[in-house]
This record gives sequence, structure tokens and C-alpha cells, in this order.
Amino acid sequence: MKFVDKQPSDDTLDLVCRMCPLHLLEPGDRLKCLKRGQVLEVLTDYDGALEDIPEWCQKFGQEFMGMEEDEDCYKLYIKKVK
Amino acid sequence: MKSLDMKNVYMDHASATPVREEVIEAMLPYFDRHFGNPSTVYDMGSKVKQVIEEHRAKVAKLISAKSQEIIFTSSGAEANNLAVKGVALSLQKKGRHIIISAIEHHSVLNSARFLERMDFEVTFLPVDEYGLVDSGRLSRAIRSDTILVSIMHANNEIGTIQPISELSAICREKGVLFHTDAVASVGNIPVDVNALNVDLLSLSGVSIGAPKGIGALYFRNNLRLMPLIHGGIQESGRRGGTENVPYIVGLGKASVLAVEELFDKMNHLEKLRSLIISGVRERIEHVKLTGHPDKRLPGHASFCIEAIEGEALIYMLNQHGIYSNTGSACASKALKTSPVLVAIGTPPDLAQGSIVFTMDSSNKIEEIEYVMEKLCLVVEKLRSLSPLWRSKEGI
Repeated sequence: MKFVDKQPSDDTLDLVCRMCPLHLLEPGDRLKCLKRGQVLEVLTDYDGALEDIPEWCQKFGQEFMGMEEDEDCYKLYIKKVK
Repeated sequence: MKSLDMKNVYMDHASATPVREEVIEAMLPYFDRHFGNPSTVYDMGSKVKQVIEEHRAKVAKLISAKSQEIIFTSSGAEANNLAVKGVALSLQKKGRHIIISAIEHHSVLNSARFLERMDFEVTFLPVDEYGLVDSGRLSRAIRSDTILVSIMHANNEIGTIQPISELSAICREKGVLFHTDAVASVGNIPVDVNALNVDLLSLSGVSIGAPKGIGALYFRNNLRLMPLIHGGIQESGRRGGTENVPYIVGLGKASVLAVEELFDKMNHLEKLRSLIISGVRERIEHVKLTGHPDKRLPGHASFCIEAIEGEALIYMLNQHGIYSNTGSACASKALKTSPVLVAIGTPPDLAQGSIVFTMDSSNKIEEIEYVMEKLCLVVEKLRSLSPLWRSKEGI
């Protein structure tokens, strides 16, 4: 797992309290609204997302930048590559 | 007037409303012809998913919300549960104190009691003689660890309408979420989530001519809510379970009708309410109007009649084809003094004589005249049998 610290982002997708597999459905839609090179911050309290989101990035050709732990959730960062 | 020919004068619309014909017609194709599961990717499912979203927009419009701020639930009670427990569980790291009024519906009251057993603290705010919450008292009750305030928009038993925008403004200023149970008010008075300035609002199909078994929760965009029903992607991952498509369509259609008809309905109901309140005051002595005289639902008239048992009154009116209630549908069956009447300071013996008439567009002026005639007769009969009344009258 890659970790980041105080990673700036261009948009935030809050998926805290939302059930699996929303973390695999909503980032794709939200990335469509961003430009290439911009960063999406995904907030989630679902442990499975720590494996799923890097894999999703690999599968769909986006860059997983890393994660950091917040008080009540994980923050995962995806850079839009294509 | 041939009053004795009148049958089935239904005046308990706070308990249930008949499903509108237009609503049934809109729902029917979704039981058989368009039965696909909305979560599937083929046309039979995706088209139904589209229908759900169209009807979500209609429900949102009813309360001036955005589509994505509506979660469909199985009832107003579930919406209240999701609001109170969902917020409390998602914000428990921030604080564990919630505030509700003393006259909330059981679905709010018992959700709060459930949270008490999970080590949350609950403040039950008292109300005045009309059932109104005092804004100063609310302000003083809010603490640094308060995460939610829940105060109903209009009370189903006494009809009183709370000054929600005034109360929610206090919470907004202090950074506390505000929920209102609007099951009794939606479809009866204008309900606009922006004007009310609320974060969450519950509504129910049963109040607006949709079937029982469908409701919705408005939650301000991006608010975190711990799901109560765990499942999959339905309702954007906030409530599991395959969507009840026909009933969602029914709620959507009923919402459209409610918007179209609201002001005519209010005018009509205010006339009926005025007739019944003035009729009771003029023709029956020793009666107290419960709830606020002006700040009340247009189709709502509630009284406590001295030296009468409310249940006996209901049964005898029932024999004349008149259907009313002693209080809430749940509380009246339990034969328990209404907590709402207790909270507004009604003496226990007077509270026994509670009767509530809740009207809808289908009620007519002639029906009010018929109800008044029979109510006077029944009250006279019951009082003639009442030792309490006889001692009061010195008989």
C-alpha cells in the first residue's frame, strides 16, 4: 500500500457509510467530471476499498496515488490519467 | 338533509388516506408488465431504474429538494428511524447527545430510547400547552456534544405546527443537524426543505393518497447516514433491498397530485375545520380544543370532552358510520393516555375524552353537519351514563 501525506485534490467523493460496491461504481462517474492530471479524493470507511480501489485503478488505467488514514475514514487518491 | 342515509364518513386521514385512483392506475404496470429488477443491466431492468429516478424527482419536487437527496423507505416510521439512528451512528465520534421533543411520533421516540440503551444521551424537550417547542429552551439544551435535534413539523394528534425554520436556525448556527418528521404536514401545508432549513425530513405515502408501505427520507446532499438495512447498491448504497417499484411510482404520482391540489385543498379543509370547531364549541359544553387554535393543520380538529371515555365515543360514532380517532392510530389501540396530551398538560381524566377528526379533500360540508348531529347525540348519551358527569351536574 502506498501512503501519502496531506495530498491536495481537485474534488472529493464522500462514500463514508455507503455500502459495497459503491466504492467501485462512483469513482468512475466522478472522474468523468475531472480533467486529465486532476486528483480525486475518495473518503470511505470500508476496509475492502483499500484493496479494491488500487486494483480498480490498474484495471481502468487510472493512477492510484496512495492513501492516508483520517479520524473516521480512509482517504484514497486517484489521479485521472485518461 | 337526509342525514341518516349517510354512510362511512371517514375523518381519520391522519391514520390513513385512500389510495387515489390515478395513483393505482400509475402503479399497475409495474406489478407485471414492467417487473424487471432495477439493478440489472438489460433493458427490462434499466428502464425500470429510469422510472424510479423520474419518480424520485417528483417526490423531491413536492418538498423543493434535489432528486439525489431522497431515499425511498418502507414508511414514514422507517424514514424517522433512518434519520435518528443513521445520523447518531454516523456521528457518534463527534458526540453522543441528541434532542427530541416530548411529543414526537413513536418512531422517533423509540429510536431515541434505543440509542439511550447504546449509551447515547437524549434530552426530551417539553412543550407548552399548545404543543409548541420554545426556541430559547432548545438553544439552552444544545451542548458541545449534541449531534442531532429532531422536532416534528406538525403533530398528528393535536395538529399544532411547529416554527421549524426558527428552531432549525438555532441548530444551524450551532452546527447541529436538524431533522423534522413531516409525515402529518406534507400534502396538507406547504413543505419546502429550504424554507424550513432542515437537514433531514421524513414523509409518508399513507398521508397523501399513496399506498401504505412507502415513505421517503430527505437528507441534505452529502450528509452521512449509517444504513439500517444492509444490502447492495440500491438507494446509492444507503438502503439495501430491491426497490418497491410500484409503490415508488405511487408515491411519485401522489406527490404530483399533492403539489397541484395543495392550495385548493387547504382552503377547503380550513372551512371544514372551522365548521367543526365552532360547531363543537357552540353545541357541546365542557370541551377543550387541543393544540394551537391557529397554528394547526388545516384539516385537523381535536378535542378533549369532559366526563367521556374517548374509546366509547369512537365506538358509538362508528355505529353511525363515522370514523375518527382518539389520538394516534398506535396509541389509541393501546388504551393508554396519550403522551402528547400528557405533555401539553392535559389532566388525566380530561385526556380520556380525546377525539381527533382529520379531514381530506373528499370530506364535504354536509358530512360535518352529520358528524355534529351524531356527536352531540353520542356525547349526551354517554354523559347520561357517566357517574362523573352526573356528580358534576348535581344529578
